[in-house]
Amino acid sequence: MSECLLEASDLTMRFGGLLAVDQMSLKIMPGEIVSMIGPNGAGKTTVFNCLTGFYKATSGNIRFKGQSIEGLPGFKIARLGVIRTFQNVRLFKGMTALENLLVAQHRKLNTGLLAGLFKTPDFRKSEAEAIAKAEFWLEKVGLTEFANREAGNLAYGQQRRLEIARCMVTNPELLMLDEPAAGLNPNETAELDELISDLRRDHGVTVLLIEHDMKLVMDISDRIYVINQGRPLTSGTPDEVRNHPEVIKAYLGES
Amino acid sequence: MKSLRFAPAALSAVVLLVLTSLMLGIRMESEGTSLIVTSADSETLALIAAGALVVFLFQLFRSGIDNSLSGVKSVIPSVSPDKLLSMTKGKSTRTTLICFAVAALMIWPFMVSRGAVDLATLALIYVMLGLGLNIVVGLAGLLDLGYVGFYAVGAYSYALLNQYFGLDFWSSLVMGGMLAAFFGFILGFPVLRLRGDYLAIVTLGFGEIIRILLNNWTALTGGPNGISQIPKPTLFGLEFGRRAKEEGNVPFHEYFGIAYSSEYKVIFLYILAVLLVILTLFVINRLLRMPIGRAWEALREDDIACRSLGLNPTAIKLSAFTIGAGFAGFAGTFFAARQGFISPESFTFIESAIILAIVVLGGMGSQLGVILAAVIMTVLPEFAREFQEYRMLMFGLMMVCMMVWRPEGLLPMKRPHIKTKKTRSEPDDEVTATPVAGGA
Repeated sequence: MSECLLEASDLTMRFGGLLAVDQMSLKIMPGEIVSMIGPNGAGKTTVFNCLTGFYKATSGNIRFKGQSIEGLPGFKIARLGVIRTFQNVRLFKGMTALENLLVAQHRKLNTGLLAGLFKTPDFRKSEAEAIAKAEFWLEKVGLTEFANREAGNLAYGQQRRLEIARCMVTNPELLMLDEPAAGLNPNETAELDELISDLRRDHGVTVLLIEHDMKLVMDISDRIYVINQGRPLTSGTPDEVRNHPEVIKAYLGES
Repeated sequence: MKSLRFAPAALSAVVLLVLTSLMLGIRMESEGTSLIVTSADSETLALIAAGALVVFLFQLFRSGIDNSLSGVKSVIPSVSPDKLLSMTKGKSTRTTLICFAVAALMIWPFMVSRGAVDLATLALIYVMLGLGLNIVVGLAGLLDLGYVGFYAVGAYSYALLNQYFGLDFWSSLVMGGMLAAFFGFILGFPVLRLRGDYLAIVTLGFGEIIRILLNNWTALTGGPNGISQIPKPTLFGLEFGRRAKEEGNVPFHEYFGIAYSSEYKVIFLYILAVLLVILTLFVINRLLRMPIGRAWEALREDDIACRSLGLNPTAIKLSAFTIGAGFAGFAGTFFAARQGFISPESFTFIESAIILAIVVLGGMGSQLGVILAAVIMTVLPEFAREFQEYRMLMFGLMMVCMMVWRPEGLLPMKRPHIKTKKTRSEPDDEVTATPVAGGA
């Protein structure tokens, strides 16, 4: 089973009396685009939070590339290459778009105190590389013109794209997007669709996605997990899921 | 009538009456073994009544007063920091300006009285402390109420190292800074997982622990008597006293063949303080442009996002805490050398409060603002000597006024942004092409 990129089994998360996630299992192969769908409050974001170490799962196993990661703090999981976005965009609003991307590269920069104080050639080089990389990704998500603008002043769709770019500068292996299309207009959603497929094709990232926009989900996903009330309902290819009676029932109610 | 609010006004007056008559109107006197409650003299009671009336009237006409005050607000002139910065835009003009400022600072002490130079030195110590705390509070957003503890560590490490090991000022300056930074690290390690108010309380406690420890460890620190006869700094081994304390040393004035004057020492201390402040400013300016400075700001804005990107929040906070403490250590060492005498009394909580007030008054994160505020906070009390008793009152009033009219501080922070040259034009000038998808 070592070829799995991320594997979670029997993941359970309990908040007091509320069972938010119940016996969820999930497998993601390298290079896949996997979606998680389900009605509001189904526990999708909770699964995300457990996988990325923001919540400590009540029980269950999470393995990333064969290595057990449950119980690790969020920043350590992020360092392994599991990078996420947030449902409500979390940018550093007072910093410029470019700086947002530089902060994300913090780990790879020359952070030596003396090197920075005296601007050693090494330090300049690493800064220049970081800026070049940030510029590349700004170009990629179409924000070059807005590089020097404060992130909080960008339009909503631009903020969404900047958040994805901010993930990408860290060279993630698994990119986890929490409702990336929320609040976008149809044009922007189409662009996002293209961007995500592009990320997989050209940059080799695996994508796990929570989304309500069915067109986007059906379009780009290799596989889909359906969650309802914390419990896994079914999983499969878009076509299988689309025609699954339970899914129709969960979404449209009992007829 | 809606604008005359009768009930709330009456309520405030009653609250005032109850509180003041309990606190001021009644007096307890001990007679033998028993306590007797007596009412205060009629004058006090009349004053209380007058006070209640004033509160009542103020509350009654409050909306009207507020309106007329808001008129005042717009009248008050304000120096826009943008303007100040735009004046110093070009790099070369900026450098020239800085050179002129430094030159002026260096020449100035030779033209004024000894007292003024001494006061300026004190102000510079507070500038250093303010800048150091600014790293912790203004940049990293950690409320530290025990900053004076690190100041004390710096001061006492020079005093003790000198007393027990005979170390001179210069090596102690390095040691004092490092020791204070070490204390900051040790304290920060367990407490930095706390946030906001909890962190403030723990640091407050730490500041007090240091002071009480210094006060009670009589064998080592001399307790409340403090440590005296701390030597002044030397200039490459030249002392500034009339006679050299150490054998074989030549005092400054003899070496240069000039007449002795006690002013040399004061001016030397002043210049030393200026140099230390310049060093501090340089380091902080570099830090702001370094990855660590960006990480501080990012952490202040959103620590969850930081964690999701693989930044370790504790390590980043710890670095701010440690560096800030280090600067307090430098300031403390210098303070001990300047005073020649230190005791735990110099490191009470009120000092922490003043340093924090400097940071808030100047504008969180703003270096120019902190310098200005430190000067105001040290120089104003000297001018207002007659109002000694009302110092705290004026201090409070100043804070309230500032919160009303300049809530972001005297000179709010303008952070240096890293710019990319790839942008063709300032985006603000052109029409935004992408629609704002706010309502979608």
